[in-house]
Amino acid sequence: MKDAFGLPQSLLILGGTSEIALATARRLIARRTRTVRLAGRPSPRLEQAAEGLRALGADVRTVAFDALDPESHETVLGKVFAEGDIDMVLLAFGILGDQARDEREPVNAVRVAQTNYTGAVSAGLVSARALQTQGHGSLVVLSSVAGERARRSNFIYGSSKAGLDAFAQGLGDALHGTGVHVMVVRPGFVRSRMTAGLDEAPLATTPEAVAAAVEGGLRRRSETVWVPGALRLVMSAMRHVPRAVFRRLPV
Amino acid sequence: MPAETVSVTGWGRTAPTTARLIRPRTYEEAVAAVRDCGTRGGIPRGLGRAYGDAAQNAGGAVLDMTGLDRIHAIDAADGTVLCDAGVSLHRLMQILLPLGWFVPVTPGTRYVTVGGAIGADIHGKNHHVSGSFSRHVLSLELLTADGGVHTVSPGTPLFDATTGGMGLTGVILTATIRLHPVETSLMSVDTERAADLDDLMARLTATDHRYRYSVAWIDLLARGAATGRAVLTRGDHAPLGALPKAARARRDPLAFRPSQLPAAPAFLPDGLLTRRTVGLFNEVWYRRAPRARAGQLQRISTFFHPLDGVPHWNRIYGRGGFVQYQFVVGYGQEEALRRIVHRISERRCPSFLAVLKRFGDADPGWLSFPAPGWTLALDIPAALPGLDSFLDELDEEVAAAGGRVYLAKDSRMQPDLLAAMYPRLGDFRALREELDPRGVFMSDLARRLTL
Ligand SMILES: Cc1cc2nc3c(=O)[nH]c(=O)nc-3n(C[C@H](O)[C@H](O)[C@H](O)COP(=O)(O)OP(=O)(O)OC[C@H]3O[C@@H](n4cnc5c(N)ncnc54)[C@H](O)[C@@H]3O)c2cc1C
Ligand SMILES: NC(=O)c1ccc[n+]([C@@H]2O[C@H](COP(=O)([O-])OP(=O)(O)OC[C@H]3O[C@@H](n4cnc5c(N)ncnc54)[C@H](OP(=O)(O)O)[C@@H]3O)[C@@H](O)[C@H]2O)c1
Repeated sequence: MKDAFGLPQSLLILGGTSEIALATARRLIARRTRTVRLAGRPSPRLEQAAEGLRALGADVRTVAFDALDPESHETVLGKVFAEGDIDMVLLAFGILGDQARDEREPVNAVRVAQTNYTGAVSAGLVSARALQTQGHGSLVVLSSVAGERARRSNFIYGSSKAGLDAFAQGLGDALHGTGVHVMVVRPGFVRSRMTAGLDEAPLATTPEAVAAAVEGGLRRRSETVWVPGALRLVMSAMRHVPRAVFRRLPV
Repeated sequence: MPAETVSVTGWGRTAPTTARLIRPRTYEEAVAAVRDCGTRGGIPRGLGRAYGDAAQNAGGAVLDMTGLDRIHAIDAADGTVLCDAGVSLHRLMQILLPLGWFVPVTPGTRYVTVGGAIGADIHGKNHHVSGSFSRHVLSLELLTADGGVHTVSPGTPLFDATTGGMGLTGVILTATIRLHPVETSLMSVDTERAADLDDLMARLTATDHRYRYSVAWIDLLARGAATGRAVLTRGDHAPLGALPKAARARRDPLAFRPSQLPAAPAFLPDGLLTRRTVGLFNEVWYRRAPRARAGQLQRISTFFHPLDGVPHWNRIYGRGGFVQYQFVVGYGQEEALRRIVHRISERRCPSFLAVLKRFGDADPGWLSFPAPGWTLALDIPAALPGLDSFLDELDEEVAAAGGRVYLAKDSRMQPDLLAAMYPRLGDFRALREELDPRGVFMSDLARRLTL
């Protein structure tokens, strides 16, 4: 159960090797989290991630989960929930793709969309139903500023995050009053495996900063969290920039 | 039976969860409700005055027991009452005071049910004399997980598991309670100020035994030499002879007239309670109290339940709600108490008057809170930055001193410390395992702390 401060005792991460998710897990383990389930594609990296969290004193298990196989989500996630309450689900899987190549090879572009959007729709709905049956819990969705307004330089990823973001907001409204809390997190450029080798965008931040913002959002029961917080303003200005200008912005 | 899906919290308004709320009006309906709880179980709820998550059950059933509120029999000669568990202490006072009887134990609010009083094994200002509520329960009827109703008497394991058992052994349907005789509905109260914590502890230690009721309101925002300054209010029921001859009260000495102000509005902004506003309040309140005054006549509501005068006062803490922290440390652990009081006042928690009291002998309830020693209770806004870690540190101080925190007030304690604080926890779990193997009775508190 969550405590009076909104902090969870049990955590399910979808995308178990995500650096942002693991930074969040470490932070929550330092508070009340004792049970962690890392769902992801089986790999040595996933096992290492589990080992790392065990060393902090948590009871950690890995679960084979593939965002691209929505048919399996019901069964895979159903098993996790059947073992005990999950106070928080962190939907963290996602791929950035390679914009230039994806434009040339639409099949790759579709993988980005399927992972980030359809995979999340499926896993999000399955998780939401389980949380609703429990009568409590938070679903935290890692969206992105890239979805706020798609940019020339990464509109394939951006559009998938736009879909995810809209989906998560709608889900939050659908679940309002059910005891389940949906929180949409919109980080800017985060220095992680996903962005390794890319040029940093302004206001670049770290997985640890995202983790701190997630914890803060849980405490306040926020519906939307920007990381860093200044992006809320920046993006609300961005929304109103005329297309002709926006196209040419160097971001 | 109609069930409504609602969001439920405790009095502190933190950690809401959703449950099916069922309000049985007959014992048969209560039995049916327990039978049909479903896989996430059910938990009885009284008036929801527990601060944390004791009377909520995410995804399951919450049995609102206030629909079972009949008073079955009053023995006005012997001073006992047999009533449903959903009857409030407020109602008992209304009915019993005119007959010359008072409830054996009352908490800081009258708006608790008999079931809640037994489930949390509550204590009052008379704990040092009268023990906790369960000491005055002669018998109770318990609806258990199998749907059976059992008469449970003191001195049995089931009784000791149920008193303080936070609703997890079953639903209390009725109880027979021994009452306390009074001649008037007024209290004769002595007030005195204590300049600091040591002065306060010395006064309480030296003279508590002279009073049936004793409590000290302590200003935890005072610092330096004034740390722990307090106002002691102690007294007893006023005998008839104490009422002035000409007074109206003489004609109707047992009349129960609680006073009430309008309720706090439903929506109050956050951040009303800051160090400054609370500090100011505490200052005024301390200065206003007489240095020493004896034998003042006060109404029962003024003496015992000052907060009941403002319905829904818990709203002043705003959307984030608040946490109450109450612990006890044994006699001989005064150093731990001093350390904790100093830490709280150094931290400048915007805490309204906190309450310090000396407990007497413990009662046998396995998860019953009171134990001989010092108990301190304080309210703090949940949104205060760093509050969670700070209270974790206090938990550790308390546990290291052999003390415990009160489950009826808890919404956040460190689960790992529970077994040290409640040595009979193992027996409690074993009894539950045997009595309720499928876990029909379940609450958010039980899930959070694996009770
Ligand atoms: C202003 C204020 C002052 C307080 N002062 C004190 C004090 O001085 N001393 C003290 O000890 N406490 C105090 N309390 C706490 C309060 O007395 C307890 O939490 C009490 O249990 C509340 O009773 P309730 O009827 O509201 O029960 P709830 O809060 O609804 O439930 C409390 C517990 O009792 C169980 N329960 C309720 N009904 C039944 C039943 N029929 N059968 C079995 N279990 C049941 C519930 O499952 C739950 O675990 C105070 C609370 C407030 C708000
Ligand atoms: N980094 C940023 O700048 C940034 C900014 C805004 C938002 N975000 C979002 O934040 C989330 C986490 O990103 P991160 O920075 O922590 O990146 P990361 O370390 O690369 O994490 C991405 C995760 O997604 C998983 N994943 C990818 N495809 C999957 C699939 N088909 N099935 C299951 N899991 C799959 C990866 O697992 P494998 O180990 O199996 O590959 C990995 O765990 C992503 O949704 C990302 O879009 C990131």
